[in-house]
Amino acid sequence: MNFKLKNIGPQLITLIAVVLVFGFFTFNAQTNMENRGIEFGFGFLTQESSFDVQFSLIEYDGSHSYARAYLVGLLNTLLVAFIGIIISTILGVIIGIARLSTNYLIERSAAFYVEFFRNIPLLLQIFFWYFAALRALPLPQDAEPMFGVFFLTIKGLFVPSFIWNNLNIFLYSLIAAIISIVLIRNYAIKLQENEGKQLPVFSISVSLFIILPLLTFLIGGVSLNFSLPVLEQMSNTSFKYKGGLGIPPELIALTLALGLYTATFIAECVRAGIQGISKGQKEAAASIGLTPNQILKLVIMPQALRIIIPPTTNQYLNLTKNSSLAAAIAYPDLVLIFAGTALMQTGRAIEIVSITMLTYLSISLSISFLMNWYNKSIAIKEK
Amino acid sequence: MFKLIKQVTSFVAMLAVLFAFSTETMAAKKSKTLKNTQKKGFVRCGVSQGLPGFSNADASGNWTGVDVDVCRAVAAAVLGDANKVKFTPLSAKERFTALTSGEIDILSRNTTWTLSRDADIGLTFVGVNFYDGQGFMVRKNSGYSSVNDFKDGISACTNLGTTTELNMRDFFNSKGISYEPVTFEKADEVVAAYDAGRCDTYTTDKSGLAAQRIKLSSPDDHIVLPETISKEPLGPVVRQGDSVWEDIVRWSLNVMIEAEEYGVDSANADSMKTSDNPAVKRLVGAEGELGAAFGLDNEWSLRIIKQVGNYGESYKRNIADTGILPDRGPNELWTKGGILYVPPAR
Repeated sequence: MNFKLKNIGPQLITLIAVVLVFGFFTFNAQTNMENRGIEFGFGFLTQESSFDVQFSLIEYDGSHSYARAYLVGLLNTLLVAFIGIIISTILGVIIGIARLSTNYLIERSAAFYVEFFRNIPLLLQIFFWYFAALRALPLPQDAEPMFGVFFLTIKGLFVPSFIWNNLNIFLYSLIAAIISIVLIRNYAIKLQENEGKQLPVFSISVSLFIILPLLTFLIGGVSLNFSLPVLEQMSNTSFKYKGGLGIPPELIALTLALGLYTATFIAECVRAGIQGISKGQKEAAASIGLTPNQILKLVIMPQALRIIIPPTTNQYLNLTKNSSLAAAIAYPDLVLIFAGTALMQTGRAIEIVSITMLTYLSISLSISFLMNWYNKSIAIKEK
Repeated sequence: MFKLIKQVTSFVAMLAVLFAFSTETMAAKKSKTLKNTQKKGFVRCGVSQGLPGFSNADASGNWTGVDVDVCRAVAAAVLGDANKVKFTPLSAKERFTALTSGEIDILSRNTTWTLSRDADIGLTFVGVNFYDGQGFMVRKNSGYSSVNDFKDGISACTNLGTTTELNMRDFFNSKGISYEPVTFEKADEVVAAYDAGRCDTYTTDKSGLAAQRIKLSSPDDHIVLPETISKEPLGPVVRQGDSVWEDIVRWSLNVMIEAEEYGVDSANADSMKTSDNPAVKRLVGAEGELGAAFGLDNEWSLRIIKQVGNYGESYKRNIADTGILPDRGPNELWTKGGILYVPPAR
């Protein structure tokens, strides 16, 4: 009994201390808020927000509730994080591999890129891309079309938008393609393990992914029209584009800055991962007759990924959290809409800040959970 | 006998409670904020991050502006020296939290008095030191000469977390015009984005437009449209729950306006002590005991007028002479066609 108490005692005391500290802060906040006549509650979430937002993925205007405004901000944050992660991953892997190139020029340019972009504060880079782009880009009426249909202007990038017929059939074909690719991959693995034969899985997958959806256009009744952005005059000097899809310059600047910045860190993770594999592995693989491509794909990368994934997860988390700098350049993310405008209009600082903090925490934990799951799936499996 | 003891004790207890209450109200008379301010030796004042005419710091860190003068007036009244003010520059987003959390004691930052702000979030507005209204700035060559020329798809740059955002929506909705709001946290970035051509129009309080226009690369290429789409009574704000402090700030502002009405200014204030008009004598502390109600001496108002000046002097120094809004418009005394009208200091 005594022995047990000795073990549990310190933990119990710590627990009580933590509860007391939290209790004290809550109590303190409560009494202070009461003294100042501020009520605590989440009732405001259902009230009409009465402010508009520049860019939203879902239908929203000021007649919707604050809860809806929160959702708009959350989705905009997730959008930036998603695009940023894709840009930074692709760029990071390329730069990381380039840093190991035997070509002097490629290796030095990659090293220069990394050292340049990772050593300048991110906020400055965001300002640079935004205001530099704003200064450099043409007004809508002066824009030269790219490929005849894209217009990059100071008011954003205007691209043709799709008008689908029978979009669902097209989506089903994509799902079917993915399922069959998974099946073929499993079959190929079995075939190799049992009979030692190899299927060209990659080329089969790519062709499946292209051919199946294409077929729906020919026989499935799917068709696609484009709505092109057309210049329209509003007054002597102000113009806008009608039709098509407008991507605000704030979104472009933010994803670009986040992607370019985070790519440098991912590049270093990739380089570390590849260099972490001993030279002997490569030589051994070559000695049993694998081609350089096979060596990278079958021997080096599976081992390198184990080193690359955990630090890369950190970079994804950083990127997501850094996206909150959006407020500086008017991109309507969670911080700008919810912890900015909504907080100002309602004055509910404690409620809104804690919701925002919990939201970022949940996003980060989800990313972390996904990446840990992926890391586990590629870890060494003892057979 | 036992009963009697019980009765006596309950009577004594009752007395004690009553006494406790009466000392409590006496203590409340001495405002907590006032006491803290006098102990610290300076007034903690929240201002903007730089709005010429209202609150703006020069290269050496001296703050000037009509909003700044309200805080200086309070410092002159309670501390005897208009320079004993610590200014905290705040963004629109931070301002109310800074006040309710006790980081500052007066918020004098071109803040619009609205019902929800006054009633909902632990703030009390004490008066109006500038009657403003929201307007639009456009490029001269754009051909817009009135807000009625605006068309669907117009993009409007503005500040985050202000009534501007809400008025803008009301305005465009009532006109049935779709618009693109581009909202920045800091005024400097709004100006930079509008200047670069990101937006077709820049909307905020008209005084703000006039002040920010100076910061544009070529101010003469821009005009402020004639229409005013909202009422923006700007004024100082205090925390809820300290009525004495609230009164001090309110009457420091009122005294400045009333001084202008009676022609008392920083130059002639001392000589006005011998005036024939009792209202003027009260204003400079030569008659009555007005300061006592706040726990201040009788010369508090005289110090405000001598050190900061009356409202007209403050307006001229900060807004008219700097070329921001030479015409006082509604911010003229009621006796001269404006709407400045304050309750009498008596």
